[in-house]
Amino acid sequence: MKSALLRLAAVAVAALTVGSATVRAQDNMNDPYREPALNALKGKSIAYLPISIGFDLAQAWGGVIKTEADRYGMTFKARDPNWSTDAMAQAMTSLIAEHPDVIVTQNPDLQSLARLLKQANAAGIRVIQMNMQGAIQTDAFVGPDFISMGEQEAGMIAKACGKDTQTSHKIAIVQGVLTGGVSYYQVKGLLEGLKAHPEIKVVSSQAADWDASKSRAITETVLQQNPDLCGIVDVWDGQGVGTGAAIKQAGKQGQVYFLTSGGGAQSMCDRLADGTFSAAINYDAPGMGRDAFTAISALLQSKQPAGSIKFQLYSPTRVMTKADVKAGTCWDPQAYATLLR
Amino acid sequence: MALSLSKRAFNQERIVFLITIVLFAVFAVELNNFLAPANLLALVRSVAVLGMLGMAMLVVVLGRGIDLAIVANMAISVGWALQLIAGGMPVWLALCVGLGFALGMSLIGGILIAYAEIPSLFATLAMATFIYGFGRAHLITGTDVVYLPKDMGLVAQLGQGVVAGIPMPIIVAAATALAAYLFLKYTKPGRFIFAMGDNFNAARIGGIGVRPMLVFQYVLSGGATFLAGLITATSVGAMNTRIVNSNMIYDVILVVVLGGVGLSGGRGGVRNVIVGTLLIGVLMNGMTIMDVQYTVQNVIKSLILLFAIVSDSIINPRDEQTGQQGDI
Repeated sequence: MKSALLRLAAVAVAALTVGSATVRAQDNMNDPYREPALNALKGKSIAYLPISIGFDLAQAWGGVIKTEADRYGMTFKARDPNWSTDAMAQAMTSLIAEHPDVIVTQNPDLQSLARLLKQANAAGIRVIQMNMQGAIQTDAFVGPDFISMGEQEAGMIAKACGKDTQTSHKIAIVQGVLTGGVSYYQVKGLLEGLKAHPEIKVVSSQAADWDASKSRAITETVLQQNPDLCGIVDVWDGQGVGTGAAIKQAGKQGQVYFLTSGGGAQSMCDRLADGTFSAAINYDAPGMGRDAFTAISALLQSKQPAGSIKFQLYSPTRVMTKADVKAGTCWDPQAYATLLR
Repeated sequence: MALSLSKRAFNQERIVFLITIVLFAVFAVELNNFLAPANLLALVRSVAVLGMLGMAMLVVVLGRGIDLAIVANMAISVGWALQLIAGGMPVWLALCVGLGFALGMSLIGGILIAYAEIPSLFATLAMATFIYGFGRAHLITGTDVVYLPKDMGLVAQLGQGVVAGIPMPIIVAAATALAAYLFLKYTKPGRFIFAMGDNFNAARIGGIGVRPMLVFQYVLSGGATFLAGLITATSVGAMNTRIVNSNMIYDVILVVVLGGVGLSGGRGGVRNVIVGTLLIGVLMNGMTIMDVQYTVQNVIKSLILLFAIVSDSIINPRDEQTGQQGDI
């Protein structure tokens, strides 16, 4: 009796063990690759250092990366240099000393951070550059291909103001900071693209320093000087608000074709809807945040040392006009800003 | 006598005015459309806000102070008001809150200077950082550019309206200049400011309540600042709080000093600020028409300032009699 009981217990234990083994085996059969992937991410640290955390693009990138970092048990911390290149270089230096696993940053211009980014890579930190490409290539660059975007803009402006139109063929360019990647490469592509349209005359190409008040003043004078101006390209919708205000106040809305580009925040949709922007190229900032996190995930899972594989991850873009604006087309920076606080 | 007359004939204000006229004449001859009435309006309009901030600074500088918090106060108070409107607050109430914030901040600055006797340079520098930091941390918590809400009503006309062919910003700036002129010239507090700037201790012994007067100067400056910010926001369509980091505050000091207002106080008036502002306006307008990059514009602007100051000090050399204590 006793031995029968014992045997039964032994069978039961054996069955249990076999059963649990099967369960584990089934787990592995389902997804044997999940565990290593999660382990590669878990406990890793991401440091986020954009030019400023106070503007829509940086809020969307950071918000998306932080959400994903939380999901996979990674630590995320953001630093806000608030548009000061000095503060940014200092923060970068101290970040290199703190040695996070990944730094996500955004160059204020082509050169300022180049050496530091190289140092960070050499110290074994993976570096992802957002939107503004610096002079040094690191593990990944995430952002639109601004040169081709410039060329695309040249095509669009040529369609509105080129030789097939009854216009003056005069256009103006409003740049950002001359040496900022977004402005520098976009204008480069634009001028390159305009070579195919020699009839188009660029009457003004001034830098507004990412400041809407400055772009308003510049555009007011340009419109004054060239009342028959056909088109304006502004390299960023944030300062395009001022350019658009000048067009409106000169009574030229609808007459001047105004093309700009940006990350697709609500302000872009609002300005398309009220006719301030004729068209805008949207490079979808939350999508860039996703691309950045994808790059982080891929880099951490590959066991390669920092700086050994280098990607240019160009963001998809889409051209938007008034007709494309519907509820929910654009995103609310406030929602992402809250995530970063 | 003849010598002193010629000396007086060429003070800094006159030199700057002369430069302005020469530049104006050169641009008028060289550049197409420069003299077009619409361009001249655009020229004045582009510096209207700068001129108003110059008036705010003037009132403080005449009393031998300086207000470095002007730009921060303008950006945060107006930005906050706009955000409140976007959040559903009635326009008039939000504007009162914004104005109250601007006045309150300059009141605190004034009290620090008048009663805690902190030099204005440091007190307002600290206040500028405080206002911006506090504003960005607790008031304007989203993006640092606050867009103009759609339903601003008549207030939007402050920046966008046109009366009798003249843009509203010019009219408001002119009204501010007139008010500043009348205040400084014909009211008792206005004269007291000159007295305090000229000789603070004598003014005090003479029975002027110097501490409340000091506070009053900064509060006035805060009020003018809010108005200037409102015009900026309604004409651009947004309040960009990032201007706090720009060199705008130096531009404000530039138009005040350029016109010949002494930083040591007691010397100058509204006319000086207008002359300084017009020079900057003519320069900027002409250079934009010529498509000069703004970095180069800054170089030219500073060279002209240096030229004005150097020629002033050659023509009117400083000595024990003309130099004042506290001259910078």
